[in-house]
Amino acid sequence: MEKSYYLDNASATRLDEAVLEAMMPYFFKTYSVATSEFGYSSGVEARDAMEEARGKLAAFMGADQKEFIFTSGSTESSNLALKGVAKALGEKKGKHLIVSKIEDFPVLYSARTLEKEGFTVDYLDVDEDGFVNLDTLRELITDETILVSIQHGNQEIGTIQDIKAIATLCHEKGVLFHTDATHTFARVPLDVSEIPVDLVTVSAHTIHGPKGIGGLYIRNKTHIAKIMDGGFQEFDLRGGMDNIPGAVGFAKAIELVTPEENLHLKEMRDKIIELVFEKIPHVKLNGHPTKRTPQNANISFSYVEGESVTLHLDMYGIAVSTGSACFSRSLEASHVIMRIGGDHERAHGSIRMTIGRFNTIDEIIFVVETLTKVVAALREFSSLGKE
Amino acid sequence: MPSPYNDIVLEHFKNPRNTGRIENPDGKATEGSPACGDMVSLYLMVDPETKIITDIKFESYGCASNIATGSIITELAKGKTIEEAKKITWKEASDALGGLPKIKAHCSVLAVEVLRSAILNYEEKHGLITSKEVTTEEIVRKRLKKVMNPIKGLDMVATHLVKEIEIKDGVVRILIDLPADHQFANSIKEDAIEKIESLWDIDKAVVEFTD
Repeated sequence: MEKSYYLDNASATRLDEAVLEAMMPYFFKTYSVATSEFGYSSGVEARDAMEEARGKLAAFMGADQKEFIFTSGSTESSNLALKGVAKALGEKKGKHLIVSKIEDFPVLYSARTLEKEGFTVDYLDVDEDGFVNLDTLRELITDETILVSIQHGNQEIGTIQDIKAIATLCHEKGVLFHTDATHTFARVPLDVSEIPVDLVTVSAHTIHGPKGIGGLYIRNKTHIAKIMDGGFQEFDLRGGMDNIPGAVGFAKAIELVTPEENLHLKEMRDKIIELVFEKIPHVKLNGHPTKRTPQNANISFSYVEGESVTLHLDMYGIAVSTGSACFSRSLEASHVIMRIGGDHERAHGSIRMTIGRFNTIDEIIFVVETLTKVVAALREFSSLGKE
Repeated sequence: MPSPYNDIVLEHFKNPRNTGRIENPDGKATEGSPACGDMVSLYLMVDPETKIITDIKFESYGCASNIATGSIITELAKGKTIEEAKKITWKEASDALGGLPKIKAHCSVLAVEVLRSAILNYEEKHGLITSKEVTTEEIVRKRLKKVMNPIKGLDMVATHLVKEIEIKDGVVRILIDLPADHQFANSIKEDAIEKIESLWDIDKAVVEFTD
């Protein structure tokens, strides 16, 4: 196979060469870690690099340097946000949390774990585009509520929540608010100096940065407890080896994202949707047409099953993802598509295409052409849809 | 290309044999339902004298292993008598494909079951069911095992959805342990009715929900 067409950038992105270049010295030259500021000079250099990266990332989101901690990725960040707040406030304030039903698994399963430990969790419904309802949220908040966690942009359907309104509501009610911004960071603006959000999960792997590094913005004075015991790293909020090359790479990755690039992603996203709707009948867009992350197109194709589609596309070198139960390791259909009022059929035939820096319009055209052929071929002998 | 599927499976998936439908088939059946994911239909033409399957076609709304098994099962059954074809097992189909990933077994079982169901349909339509068993609760239960519970991905009997079965004057009443407004209530109901009403001595199947 010669050329590949990678449209699964929400899962992982290709590292940018400039990111690797920025990281290289911290593998081979300054490979020590910043265990002590009183130590040898390469340790000091390592610490400086880490703090410079932290400063860049914090500044990027309108935060103070002390409000940003590095983690191993968005899974850890969200675990810390939910479990750390629960640990800090469970006895002091109450044992109630609210999360949306379409959160990604780190938030969803952290909430479930807390339920087993005696916390109560309300799972907030979403409408057919994936939006939570502010009034419903307001009604669910009680004096016992310690945290609301609602994502910024959805991992599967790209829907962008009105974070400002949600954060403002939580702020008024005196409840901490966490948002998982894994799929919006650097793609959709989120300025913590303007939006009263308390905790934000971010990751480098979605923006052509390295895998295994993420971060959590923690507003100054937020009640949160350490859940990863070890050393005193990250303002004593997360024990563990400093990932200095990762941190440097993450900061570089942020630097490389431009508004022009985000606009270009959006153009390619809209091109996919436009072409699919033009060429293929019986399709349905999942998520909101405009209030969606610039890199995400998710479309359901009636009468075909997603794994069959992805496998055919793979033979052409095309990588996409599907919400079909057959595709997942758990054999469960996408909880997101089910929650936006979709049925199993809609999840079954859903294809997610997520674009990144290295995709081109020509690739998009080829992918949709191939998709058109594959869907037609599968529909030709589908046991559904001919009546 | 690295793949969880071997080359034979991929080849059958890519170029499935005997796809499509037969108009006015001698026998036909559908297994699975769109609600639970995979679904496969099968159509048969049978020589009335020799009882040999002369033509067979399948349609699939399913994943790669469902399509590949549908394809191989039609190849295995074509040219065989219905008695021989009935005996084709999932293992034979799977072996003929060089093996399937374990997690995908259930998708391919459907394709084997649909062949047996289509043969049964042929026999029922052509008066070939010699021993006309009176429908019992056990027979109803056996049929309901073919109705998937999409919540669990297993059949409705194994997942304890069937609360009561009552058979009286050709009417089967089934009580399902689900609220009537549950998202899958209707698809389970329709599927159950279809499986029960084809029994020779049953005129009507009534499905009720616990609340």
